[in-house]
Amino acid sequence: MTRMDSVTAPQGADSARAITKLVIMAVGGQGGGVLTGWIEAVARAAGRAVQATSVAGVAQRTGATIYYVEIAPEGVEHPVFSLAPAAGDVDIVIAAEMMEAGRAIQRGFVTPDRTVLIASEHRALAVSEKMVPGNGIAAAEEVMAAAEVAARRFLSADMERLAVAKGSVISASLFGALAGSGALPFTRAEFEAAIHASGKGVEASLAAFAAGFEAMVNPTASENAQPSAPVEKAPTGPARDQAAWQALERRVDALPATVQEMARAGLRKVVAFQDCNYGAEYLDRLAALAGRDDPAKGHALTVEAAKHVANAMAYDDVIRVADRKTRAARRARIDAEMGRTQAQAMQVTEFLHPRAEEIASMLPAGLGARVQASEAWMARLDRWFNRGRRIRSDRLRGFLQLYLLAGLRGYRRRTLRHAQEQAHLAEWLRKVGETLDGDYDLAVELLRCRRLIKGYSDTHARGLSKFDKVMAGAGLVAGRADAADWVRRLREAALQDEEGKALDGALETIRSFAG
Amino acid sequence: MAERSFKREVQDLKLGAGETFTGEGILAITKALLESGVGYVGGYQGAPISHLMDVLADAQELLGELDVRFEANASEAAAAAMLAASVHYPIRGAVTFKGAVGVNVASDALANLASSGVTGGALVIVGEDYGEGSSIMQERSHAFAMKSQFWLLDPRPNLPSIVRAVKQGFALSEASNTPVMLMVRIRSCHVTGQFDCADNVRPPLSVREALSDPRRDFARVVLPPMSYQHERDKVENRWPAAERFIIEQGLNEVFGPEIAPVGLVVQGGMYNGVIRALQRLGLADIEGRSAIPIYVLNVTYPLVGDEFLRFAAGKEALLVVEEGQPEFIEQGLAAMLHRAGSSVRLHGKGLFPMAGEYTGQIMLDGIAGFLKDTVPQLLPGQVIAPNALPPEKPDLSKTVPIRPPGFCTGCPERPIFAAMKLVEQELGKHQITGDIGCHLFAALPPFEIGGSTMGYGLGPASNAAFDGGGARRAVSFIGDGGFWHNGLSSSIGNMVFNRSDSVAIVVDNYYSAATGGQDVLSSRARNPSKATGNPISKALEGVGVKWVRQIDRTYDVGHMRDTIREALTTDYDGPKLIVASSECMLNRQRREKPLRAQAIREGRRVEAPRFGVDEDICTGDHACIRLSGCPSLSLKTLDDPLRDDPVASIDQTCVGCGNCGEVADAAVLCPSFYRADLVHNPGRWEALLAGWRSRIIAWLQARRARRVLDFGDAA
Repeated sequence: MTRMDSVTAPQGADSARAITKLVIMAVGGQGGGVLTGWIEAVARAAGRAVQATSVAGVAQRTGATIYYVEIAPEGVEHPVFSLAPAAGDVDIVIAAEMMEAGRAIQRGFVTPDRTVLIASEHRALAVSEKMVPGNGIAAAEEVMAAAEVAARRFLSADMERLAVAKGSVISASLFGALAGSGALPFTRAEFEAAIHASGKGVEASLAAFAAGFEAMVNPTASENAQPSAPVEKAPTGPARDQAAWQALERRVDALPATVQEMARAGLRKVVAFQDCNYGAEYLDRLAALAGRDDPAKGHALTVEAAKHVANAMAYDDVIRVADRKTRAARRARIDAEMGRTQAQAMQVTEFLHPRAEEIASMLPAGLGARVQASEAWMARLDRWFNRGRRIRSDRLRGFLQLYLLAGLRGYRRRTLRHAQEQAHLAEWLRKVGETLDGDYDLAVELLRCRRLIKGYSDTHARGLSKFDKVMAGAGLVAGRADAADWVRRLREAALQDEEGKALDGALETIRSFAG
Repeated sequence: MAERSFKREVQDLKLGAGETFTGEGILAITKALLESGVGYVGGYQGAPISHLMDVLADAQELLGELDVRFEANASEAAAAAMLAASVHYPIRGAVTFKGAVGVNVASDALANLASSGVTGGALVIVGEDYGEGSSIMQERSHAFAMKSQFWLLDPRPNLPSIVRAVKQGFALSEASNTPVMLMVRIRSCHVTGQFDCADNVRPPLSVREALSDPRRDFARVVLPPMSYQHERDKVENRWPAAERFIIEQGLNEVFGPEIAPVGLVVQGGMYNGVIRALQRLGLADIEGRSAIPIYVLNVTYPLVGDEFLRFAAGKEALLVVEEGQPEFIEQGLAAMLHRAGSSVRLHGKGLFPMAGEYTGQIMLDGIAGFLKDTVPQLLPGQVIAPNALPPEKPDLSKTVPIRPPGFCTGCPERPIFAAMKLVEQELGKHQITGDIGCHLFAALPPFEIGGSTMGYGLGPASNAAFDGGGARRAVSFIGDGGFWHNGLSSSIGNMVFNRSDSVAIVVDNYYSAATGGQDVLSSRARNPSKATGNPISKALEGVGVKWVRQIDRTYDVGHMRDTIREALTTDYDGPKLIVASSECMLNRQRREKPLRAQAIREGRRVEAPRFGVDEDICTGDHACIRLSGCPSLSLKTLDDPLRDDPVASIDQTCVGCGNCGEVADAAVLCPSFYRADLVHNPGRWEALLAGWRSRIIAWLQARRARRVLDFGDAA
């Protein structure tokens, strides 16, 4: 048995305070281990006693994961380190993603008395955020605001973007940010030496390191590097159409000021979908509502109508899909996204799967309706057409198929789909109009319900049925003072899950008091 | 080929006396084995000791030079059984696996080994997967040591202590003829540090030499009447011998002042956490010199009565710092105090929570609470009576989403579960069991497939009760790792023998992927020291499965879906097995990426596929994500006032596995997905043809732009 007889007296204060404690919160696959290794190497090269630990295991597979480093002060050779971070006892937190910064705050690793929080502003969305049919993305600004309060110093930049721009990974830009933050007592050269010593992808890592360093030292300069918003260009095309377009734009200028921005966007969408006559119909609908709208409410009704009527009129049919896929601008976008250079070739394969429903909906309205009503014909169409089609749109044959489909635009107004969409639109706007006299807010909410209709095939059908359910629910609460609020709740419930469980629950609640 | 290569690090295993080793805990353990003259090593991978197996595999050359036999055992049971070599021969052997599941699997062999007793030192290195980041049920391996009577080491979590424990473990094993289990916690396995090396030692008797001179001793066989003698031998000889050795060699340690009113009794693995708490309370200095006496149990079983009572003598109260439950150590120590008629008060659970990891805060609260009750005068004022409440932290509990692990980008298992989800949408909900391995991530959103996991290789076996009679057949999943570990006999043989009318899907990704990509029997890669390339479907036929469908490209979601549907609806009433095979994408990328980069550099033609989404065609319903969950398939908020919901977007990490397009097709989702194959170094003809094509296409596009209004990219 070993006995230690020399006992120091109690010191009263935290004797491990002089140990620098650093936590890295990362998402599996971000290279948190590499970053940890570099930090350890810097400290060791500077003659410090240092220890790093991690919890690996399945956390590597895209899960949240934590690395922990402790660095002893100069001259202490055999400190006793802890193997895990403790709440309220962390000097530096590096969060490789915004929600991981939030997780660090939640776990108490970020405290206003001492913690320097270095976070990447980018988001790696969790599955739970992505799978919501509506918008399930967590509010990064809430974490940013919390970080300002929770940390002694809060430093952030989009470290992912900085790293990718240099052909590297986020661990390198974060390492640069750590160096740039000045939170560790080592020089830039010492940090860079650690990258050199690791010997892998050194140049790209150093470039990303420099970008991360700069973002901390000179934050405004790197913000300026962000891409500016695209400028809206005037359309090109036949002179006659351009003149018609300008006439439409003048009509937009005559709308209430609060409506104009949305109406202009809606008009572009509708005209791009069909033509200027269709655009005129769009503006007729808006004008009709604007005439009955309430200026005291900022024409909220017409603003919502400008958005949702445009979406309803520019529905997603085969012609539109083919049109979007054969635009020159689209090919340019793909080339840019994939980083194609002049010397490289590009093959583009489209994944299309037409069903009998799509074929029938493209027939002239009368014929299409008869075909759709006939089981035998629908089965036949399925047999002929219903299978996955891979179309090489970079080749002439594939391109021409889509190009010819897109050329059917002039015929579109005679299709069954158009008739159905028009009928649906008319019925919806009729309801809105009816409601408007008694309950302005409810009418606005009914307009917003259009958001529920989206997707293709089954997803589209499910959206339609949710829309119908919410509209029916609106009928149940109509006349109540809180009707608009109920419809908003129904819509939000409908966007929560795929099957509409939340919506059914909300409807059940409504029936319990309004039945 | 394992996920992480230790080729460089294993060079450090050659260091000799006078040199300093710097690195991770698991490497230190390997070095300690070599310095101990180990004769054979083996084990089964699993966090947190997967890397230990990888290190051993990468160190085979060195092991060979030293005449050390390395075996990648088929299971933990096989690994523990291998220690039989130390029963009759004075050869040191070590095996490793994870606790507590590995101990469960190995318990038969461990119990027999402990009964027989050993001649050569037998060491079981258990990576205790407990607490944060753990992937298994929370239990303690401790109970196995108690029930089978082998000794349990739990060294302080720093490299010199762990290295010393390996050497002491062998010696203790030999001194008491008992196998020894060395426990390392998850963070100790990956903790970095330094220690002074000794020279590697060749085994005095190699397994090769032993094989040439076989021995047997009937007294070591676990059969009556010897088994009765074994039990008596444990109690009368081996146990006292162990206690003597522990005391004489000072395996446990005492720190702090000789005389004090209170003391701490701590598991070795808890030592650093305890010191940190004392440091924060101002009761230990930065190098760990403590004002409170600490009895460190580097051996947590057996507890040595004499030593403990000596430590307890003269103290008023003791605090036991023992993580996990039940509190075996506290109970044992309490019994000792009681039998000795001692008045020392023993604290432990109560001040500490019964369940869960002893995190920094829990350790601080537990120890501060104990000292406050017993010796408040030692504590600084602000601990006894805090002046101000700690600052309130912003509440983000509703903001921050949980982030459980999931399938990697391009994982070949994703399309299997997308297909299963489609089948369920068509036929209704099924009774589904999962197994252990990556495929268990399917139980989480967005798939939510599989409701139970009973153990490695036991997926189909855990559906045995649900055999026919219902409206729909039961389905089970099992990975290739689980299949070879235990599944072939316990699950598949079980199905065949009992004429099970259910469906089992073998998820074959060519590796034991979840544990880091180690090879298994059916791996396709050539492995210089192991026999791979043994197809699972052949093994199935061998045990009598008549209905087998082999799928060699899981990304074909339509085919996958049709095959599952066929298995669920066929008239055949015996076991139906689908082997769904595609290579683990992590491993595949690791293999192919350098080759591809090389080919591009050399000017050869290479197609690099990646998927994309037409953002003006995507309507933001996210149906594709609900059939995928791929990390590279994410969302993007458009700068378009007309759009409320973010649209799908694929980032540059996409590996072009094809799942997106296949799912869009099979589920008839939407036409917004496209695959873009960037062709590096296209041939001359190809470039020429592409040029012509693009000129004609551009002409057609210009033609249309002249006829209708064109808004550029605006939708």
